[in-house]
Formats: sequence, structure tokens, C-alpha cells
Amino acid sequence: MAYTRADFQTDQEVRWCPGCGDYTILASLQNFLAEMDVEREKHVFISGIGCSGRVPYYMNTYGLHSIHGRAPAVATGVAVANPDLQVWVITGDGDGLSIGGNHLIHALRRNVNLKILLFNNQIYGLTKGQYSPTSEQGKVTKTSPLGSLDYPFNPISLALGAEATFVARTIDMDRKHTASVLEAAVDHDGSAFIEIYQNCNVFNDKAFEELTGKETRDENRIYLEDGEPILFGPNDEFGVTMGRRGAEIVATAAAGMDTIHTHNAADPDPTAAFALSRLSHGPHGPTPIGVFRNAERSVYEDLMTDQIAEAQAKRGEGDLAALLRSGGSWIVD
Amino acid sequence: MATETEDRAESTVLEQVVIRFAGDSGDGMQLAGTQFTAASALFGNDLATLPNFPAEIRAPAGTIAGVSAFQVHIADWDILTPGDHPDCLVTMNPAALKANFDDLRPGALIIANSDAFNERNLEKAGYETNPLEDGSLDGYHVLTAPMEELTKEALIGSGVTGRAVLRSKNFFALGLLSWMYQRPLEPIDSWVTHKFGEGEPVSNANLAALHAGYNYGITTEEFHHTYVVNPAPLPAGEYTSVNGHQALAWGLIAGAKAAQLELFLGAYPITPASPVLELLSRQRHFGVKTFQAEDEIAAIGAALGASFTGHLGVTVTSGPGMALKSEMLTLAFITELPLIVIDVMRAGPSTGMPTSTEQSDLLFAMYGRPGEVPLPVIAALTPSDAFATAIEAARIATKYMTPVILLSEAYIANASEPWRLPDLDNLPEFPVEQATRPNEGSVFLPYLRDPDTGARPWAIPGTPGLEHRLGGLEKQNLTGNVSYDPENHALMTELRARKIEAIANDIPPLEVYGDEDAALLVLGWGSTFGAIRAATIRARDDGLEVAHAQLKYLNPFPPNLGEVLEGRDKILIPELNSGHLAKLIRAEYLVETESLSKVEGDPFKAVEIEDQIRLVTKEIA
Repeated sequence: MAYTRADFQTDQEVRWCPGCGDYTILASLQNFLAEMDVEREKHVFISGIGCSGRVPYYMNTYGLHSIHGRAPAVATGVAVANPDLQVWVITGDGDGLSIGGNHLIHALRRNVNLKILLFNNQIYGLTKGQYSPTSEQGKVTKTSPLGSLDYPFNPISLALGAEATFVARTIDMDRKHTASVLEAAVDHDGSAFIEIYQNCNVFNDKAFEELTGKETRDENRIYLEDGEPILFGPNDEFGVTMGRRGAEIVATAAAGMDTIHTHNAADPDPTAAFALSRLSHGPHGPTPIGVFRNAERSVYEDLMTDQIAEAQAKRGEGDLAALLRSGGSWIVD
Repeated sequence: MATETEDRAESTVLEQVVIRFAGDSGDGMQLAGTQFTAASALFGNDLATLPNFPAEIRAPAGTIAGVSAFQVHIADWDILTPGDHPDCLVTMNPAALKANFDDLRPGALIIANSDAFNERNLEKAGYETNPLEDGSLDGYHVLTAPMEELTKEALIGSGVTGRAVLRSKNFFALGLLSWMYQRPLEPIDSWVTHKFGEGEPVSNANLAALHAGYNYGITTEEFHHTYVVNPAPLPAGEYTSVNGHQALAWGLIAGAKAAQLELFLGAYPITPASPVLELLSRQRHFGVKTFQAEDEIAAIGAALGASFTGHLGVTVTSGPGMALKSEMLTLAFITELPLIVIDVMRAGPSTGMPTSTEQSDLLFAMYGRPGEVPLPVIAALTPSDAFATAIEAARIATKYMTPVILLSEAYIANASEPWRLPDLDNLPEFPVEQATRPNEGSVFLPYLRDPDTGARPWAIPGTPGLEHRLGGLEKQNLTGNVSYDPENHALMTELRARKIEAIANDIPPLEVYGDEDAALLVLGWGSTFGAIRAATIRARDDGLEVAHAQLKYLNPFPPNLGEVLEGRDKILIPELNSGHLAKLIRAEYLVETESLSKVEGDPFKAVEIEDQIRLVTKEIA
């Protein structure tokens, strides 16, 4: 099963705007799939509407470009119908958090084995530049000429609030980091939610500049490594402590290494992961990227399979003749 | 009618009787009615039932809003409806009497629980004086029994005490009615034991009340006159009693089996459709996957995802849910995946009257989607017919790779009738062949159609070499790639429409009952079958010339419908809506129609249609 990226490319012309972060994410995905130990025909990409929604057309796998916001629902049907498939959901901040917010949180709480990639560019791109549920308050767009009144979602906090078992964040331009997060996501049993900071160079350029610009990125990226103390800065001069008031950024030397929080992604209690998600909003300043949470919980479609097997063991395989007589029957001569 | 003497009791033999059990929604009237029905079925009568319950689970006790009723029509002949006017009303309180009195036939028998006719309850029901005593029921045959006191006495020693005792009073009423109509108690006894557990206090209490009611009838002078409805000469075979929900759920299992597919049901609880989800949730041992979704859209979305993955995807809902599902339905249509969408219609608009019946979603089922989205629409005609209708929906969906809308209705969903069990060896079989290899040399074209059916191939994820992408953007013919080409769009629109139209050649012709060439044709669809047929029979028995045809296939129409309509002086179309089918018939066939509309939340009474047949016949003459 030696695949190359080309095996996952279709003959369809990729039609995002030149310079769009989606190209990089697509390349990361195709490269990652080529290295995965999964047959091509077992991958299924389900998307909603928006720029991200076009991904399935460019992936030479099974795919369904569904309707706005509903990809997690459609994907749930796919995963339940055949738990052997590797099901991906491609969504965006408008698709997944606005019109489709309900389906997203319910897929996460059920822990359906879906790998959900949310391309967050903090803007509506396909409809040409209206504010989205992750746009900052006060943002001036075509539909908010005097500034947006909406307070934005923090997608990581939201996913953790829905008790998603796997929650991570990565950045479009950082292909190596993206690959590592994807790998952890597919190794995880159950729903995986990955927020990908994605630059929309046409309608919301440089929204993530603080994390991507050469000048600022080293001081602002807090890489979360499971089992490691959370340190950041060019020389690990900063760290994160976990106190009663949540996570706080401290100077490592002044606070002392023994006060620095050691990241435990597998913690069954999502409280610390949630605290980490509160470190940054916007994002402005130091922002955690990596896997916030990677905890175990039963997977929805496995429970379904088990329930069917148990019912068949207990009652035998369904017998239609018996079912039709379940309310009693009588003979007329 | 004949009179005979049996023991000490006078017995009148009736050809048929319509009995209505009415009480508070907490009085257990549905249960009493259902058990009376089951005993009658076992006795061999033909029967039809009509439950009627409030939307509120527990409306204030003793009020008219809280009245729950169950009507059963039993007969020694093949009946078609739950009956127009009750011959007997069992009323557990004044509100139940008030709410149901106007429906009774003149001179009907009223059996009242006199304990409940106290000042407080009379006031709640809006009676100034006690109707059992003030002469307002003169002309009716009124029998009273202090059912609460008698139940209390009967339950001494049962292990049930306090207020809980009164919960068994429905069994007292049931026992009394079983005596009055000479029903055997054994089937009810065994049901109670099975349901509540042998020797359990609740079991003992219900059995004690049941037998006390029966014995009260034997020993009390005023109940000495009993009635007998002899078994009906039904065609020989094995029968069960089903309601439309059960028949539908079982039909879906049978349909999936016939297609050799696994069944996936995505649904969100909604009245009156939820029982289908409940019934199928119990069938895990059939491999049935039921998914209670977070909303109506997710329910159909997951069903579509399951269809994409090779299952028979089904979703079931009622009117408001249909509105929410319409966008996903358009995706199912353009991706040309099989899917069954069941609408158990209820009275609208909006939340409307959720427990009441109506046929007012027909035009929505036909046209309620943006874009050019014609879909097959079929309707169940009777409770048991829902079984065959579900199988037919599975056949059309998988053969033509299309979503199918199946219309059921609150009335037939909750109504029950005896059903001669089908021969399972002779059920239709239509095993689905999913694509396994490329269909154009070494290439797989997901929109290369079957020349006979116009259906595209169904290649499911996991099949090597057939990887392809579906979606809501317009499809290029053959390749299924995204296409904005105007001519391609016109072509695809036509191909999709033609595929649905051509289903007309694959469905049975419309049958005409009665006087085939009559000047008057009564044309109905779906659940009005029983009432229209009963009205037609009565009119013809009276010498009128009438033809009746009932549509199961609403889109496409049966190919001979044009001929059936031709040359009639009048086409009378009774519908539980403001004239949806009439509009379709006029638009499609350019013929005059006359609507008989009813939107009162109840099914037609046969007499309402019969009266109209008489009127129209006079006009023609």
C-alpha cells in the first residue's frame, strides 16, 4: 500500500483563491493520507458549505459535499453504517460553528469516530467577506460596517465544553505540526476535533499574524506536548501554571520549574484542558497549539455494534414471521 | 336483530356495534379500548379502531381538554371504518360525557361511572345540573355504576392501597363492557398477567377489578340485557391486530430484507411519528440501526450518510419535521441516493394539533422543495397497508436511486384493524446490486445511468477503484464532476425528472371499484380509503351508481388515471385538507373536480361522504 500524494489528488482543478491557506492544508492532508496505513477506498470525506467544503472534490477518495453545517450529521450516518471506514469531516468557522453548531457538539458528545477538521479563518470567505462566529467583536465587514456586535466563540473551549475526547489546534502554514496533530487524531478512538488556523488572504489577511509572523511566532506559540511541562518562548523563558483561577503565564525562572504545569492530555477531567484554551482569545499573545485533550471514552458506533451483537445473542437473529406475530395472532378457518 | 335467552340474561344479536371509551387522559381509556379490541379480535369479529387523545400528557383532570377516548367498531362483516356514531359510550366522568355526547347516535347506550358525577367534576365540565339525573339524557339508554367504590371494594387484599386503587377502575369498566358485549375475559387475563407479572400487586388489582366489573354485570338487574356480535366471515388465514405504526415499522424491516440491505433509521422524536422510532429501536436483533438524532435535519442527514454507505436509509417525522428536512431531501435527490422519508401527517399549520389527523402535507410532499426536485410520493391506505407501502417505498428508492416520500397519517398510524398475515415466502424480492467494478472501461462513471431505469450506479465507500465524489453542486452528466455548464444543467434537470416520471410504468394501474362507468367517480388518496369505500358501498346498496378509486401513488400518478377520469359527469374528491389532490388533478388532467374538504382533525365519517354522494348524484340527474 505504498501511496504517494498523487494517489490522493483528483483531476479537478483546485479553485481556491491564489494564496489561500486551504492549499497548504490540502497538501498536508494528501501527504498525510499517502503515509497512512489505510486503503484509499476506506477514506470518506464529508464536508459542508464554504471554502472548506470543496475539499472532497480534490481528494481522490470517497466523498460527499453535503449541505451547510450538516456534515457531522451525514458523517455520523456513514460511520455508523460502516465503522471500518476512516471518516473525515471538513468544515469551517461559519459552517461548523454557526449554522452547524448543533451537529458539531452532538457528534462530539456522542464520540462518533469522525476526524473533524475545522478551518478557522474568522470570516465568511465563499460569500465574500461577512463576519463569522469567530470574528472578533468590533470587526468591520460588509455586514458589520460599524463593527460586529457578536462576541466570538473560542472553538477549542466549545469543543471541550461539549466534552469532545480529542481536541487540538494547529496552523495551516506549519505542515509538520499539522501532520503530527493529524496522526494523533487518527490514532485516537472516537471524535477528534482539530481547529486549523487558516489564513484567508483575500477577506481576512494576517488574522493569525502573531502566530505565523517570523518576528512574533516564537514568543507566541505555546506547543502542548503530552507529559511535558508547558514552556514556551525562544528559550523556554515562559511557562504555564495551573492554579485555582485557571491557567496563567509566568516567567519560568521567577516562578520556578516546580510550579510549571505538566500537560496531561489523557486526563479524564477536561478542566485543565479548558483552562489552557482560555489562555488566548483572538488569538492574541501566547496561544497554545497542539493536542489539548486526548482522552478515552466509548465510541458511539462500537456501542451500536455491540448492542446489535448482544441483542442477537440474546434473542437470536431477527425473525420476521415472529415479529409479525409479536402482538398475538389467531386463526380464522 | 334476534333476541335469545342465555342464562338469566337477555341477549340481542347485533351485526355491528360502535363503542367509545372516554375518560380523563389518566384514566387508562386507551388501554381499556385496546384490550376490548384484542378480545374482540380473538373472538373473530372484524374491527377498526380510532384513538383520540389530547396533545397534553396530563391536561387538568376532569376538564374537557383532558378527555381521552378510544373508539372501536366491531362487526360480523367486513368493515372499513371505526364507525361514524357510537352506539355505546363508556364515560368515566362528566367531561368525557360532554366532549363525546354530540357524536352519539340517537338512543345510544351510555354507561357512566356515577362516582365521578360529583359537584366538582360537573362544574369543571360546565354542567349546571347532573345530566344523569336532570332528564337531559332522556331518549338515551343510561346505565350507571359507582365504578370507583366498586373498584375499591374489589381491590381489598390485592396489595394495592390508597389512591393507586382508582387506577384500576378502567379494568372495572372493561370487565363490565366485556359482560355487556359477551367478550371472553381470558385474553385480557393473560395480557394482564404477562404485562404486570404473575402475582404482582398491580396484576392482582387489575384482574380483581376486571372480574368485579364482569360479575357486577351478571348480578345487577339493569345490566342483564347483553349484546352479541358474532364472528365475521373473514377470509381464512392467520390474523393479527396492527396499527399503522407497527405495519410501517415491520414493512421497513421487510423492505430492507427484500433489498438485502441493512436498515438505518434516523429520527427525532415528534408526535405522532415517534412510535416508528420506538418500535424499530427494539429490533436491534434484526441488525436495525436506529439513531435518535439531535434534530430533524441530523436525522435525515445521518440517514442519507447511511444510504451513501450502502444501507437502506430511512427517516420518519411529521409536518414540521418535513419542513426542516427539505434541504437535505434536495441533496438526496441530486446525489441520487435511495432514501425513504416518512411523513406521519398531523393537523397543521406549525405545531397545529399534533395528535389530530389531516392530509394537508400533500402539496408540500409534491412541491415543498427549492429547485426542480420531483420525488416519488406514495401513501398508505389503511393501517395494515402501511406494511406493503413501506416495502414498495424500498423497492422504488433502491431501483431508481431516489428518495421516496411515504405519507402516513395520525389516523391510520394509531388506528388498528385485523390483518391477515402475508405469506412471507411470497413477499416481493428486489436484491440490490451495488457497483463493484468500473462501468466504462477502466473508469467508473458515477452518473452513467441504467438504460432501463435511468438509475445511476450505487458504489459504496470501501469499494476499491470506485472512489468518487458526490455533492450538492450540479453534476456533470456521467462523471458527476461539478459543472456550471448551462446545457448540462438543463440535461441533468431533464434526466432526473424523466427518471421519476418513468416510474409510472412500473406501478400497478388504478383500480376502479363499483360501477366502473358511473357518471360519478369518487376519487380519494391515502387514509380516506375506508370511509370512501364504506360510503360507496352504502350508496350502491341504495341503488346509486358510483365508482370509487383510491390513489396510493401520488407521484407519479398511475398511468391509467387519465382514462379513469375520462367521461365522468362529476369527480368528487374527499380530502382531509382544503383540496390538494383536487388541485393536482385539475392541473394535470384539465378536468373539473368537486372537493369535499374536511379539516377538523378527525377522519371522515362514512356518512359525510355518503351524504355528498347522494347530493352530487341528484345534481347529475
